[in-house]
Amino acid sequence: MKKSYYQPEDLKNFGKINEWNKVLGSKFFDYYNSVFEEGSLSAREKSLIALAVSHVVQCPYCIDSYTKDGLQRGVEKEEMMEAVHVGAAIKAGAALVHGVQMMNKHDQLSM
Amino acid sequence: MKIKSLKSRKDSLAQTEKQLAVLNGGIFKDGTLPKFKQKVKSSNLKQVRPSRLEILQINIGYMCNQVCAHCHVDAGPDRKEIMTHETMEEILMVLKKNKIKTVDLTGGAPEMHPEFRWFVEEIKKTEVEEIIVRSNLTIILANKKYNDLPNFFARNEIHVISSLPFYKRNKTDRQRGDGVFDASIKALKMLNAVGYGIPESNLELDLVYNPSGAFLPGDQNALKNDFKKALKEDFEIEFNQLFAITNLPISRFLDYLIASENYEDYMHSLVDAFNPSAVKNVMCTNTISVSWEGYLFDCDFNQMLDLKVNTTSKHISTFDPEKLIDRDIQLSQHCYGCTAGAGSSCQGSIA
Repeated sequence: MKKSYYQPEDLKNFGKINEWNKVLGSKFFDYYNSVFEEGSLSAREKSLIALAVSHVVQCPYCIDSYTKDGLQRGVEKEEMMEAVHVGAAIKAGAALVHGVQMMNKHDQLSM
Repeated sequence: MKIKSLKSRKDSLAQTEKQLAVLNGGIFKDGTLPKFKQKVKSSNLKQVRPSRLEILQINIGYMCNQVCAHCHVDAGPDRKEIMTHETMEEILMVLKKNKIKTVDLTGGAPEMHPEFRWFVEEIKKTEVEEIIVRSNLTIILANKKYNDLPNFFARNEIHVISSLPFYKRNKTDRQRGDGVFDASIKALKMLNAVGYGIPESNLELDLVYNPSGAFLPGDQNALKNDFKKALKEDFEIEFNQLFAITNLPISRFLDYLIASENYEDYMHSLVDAFNPSAVKNVMCTNTISVSWEGYLFDCDFNQMLDLKVNTTSKHISTFDPEKLIDRDIQLSQHCYGCTAGAGSSCQGSIA
């Protein structure tokens, strides 16, 4: 067994998940490909959303993929970093907003 | 960073056999990835064969005022190889005797050849319908003697195809050298001023986009719209088409891929993006490439790998259209560059 949980080459083999369950795997890949087609949102906008989410879910495979995808679409590094900050801000906000719960609980328990 | 040609660096990759050894070895030798020929065969496609000869692409020399990081010609100011007058005469004879629709002049910077203008005017006298000049743009401003090139192009109804890797300064200069973007913008304005790329004009100005790194070009149409919008809004510049061209893993780009440890991933990307429908339209089916020495090749890339056409008609002096149409194309793993995604050719996407 390899010593690290993440192997960069695993990304190339993502399609292999179909070997153990083609029905569910195919459904996933069909769905995934449809999601990223041009729609009400452009494929370029979707790529930036995917990059931001990749950071929030801390998926190294996704970060590699959507950085490259952005470069291919002519997305600039400044746009990429702003997208990452959007993701990070939501994640920070999600942590901080629980502060209100803490305040409420504190006041409820305090005399 | 200022870069030099592989040849002047005495880099081993300046030798074509070293490049071919890389392309035939490693992940292609150990079977991790299929060789191009096998991939075509296993996709139930016919062998790649020429269909008709429409374009004669002529490389009149490797001298260039720029040294671009991705250049597959390994061109630069230190390269002195240029076509002789005799070879140009031989080409003109071929153009007079054979029906060839398009002549595509490339280099280096073809405009730097001392006989460039004479050669263009002589081609113009033949039955060739279209003359393309692949201009790097900055040559127009490189020296006073080139400043009137836009007028020369217009007078001879040249179809100008120019490289502009991106519509912003940073990425352009990183690939092509400091100051290239600003000079290119000035040159594009000069071309627009004489009518190039203007909607109601018949003077065609197309741009070439190629990625500034180890990734494939995105959708050609989407990129064209981005380029059109940005160049119009920021600089009032107009152009006709945008050709998205994939960087092929040879010469300086191959050197970059290896040095940056991107070679294997890049080849995986090319092979994964193999598009069977691009195979039938690859440019070697309708183009012959002529080197500065007059040798014939399936394409400009094979010229740089010194893979001459696989027939006895190997030189412009023995040009035989019947033998040439009946040849097998010389294939190697760099050919994946022309069949990835929407495909790639000197005229952009092909699928």
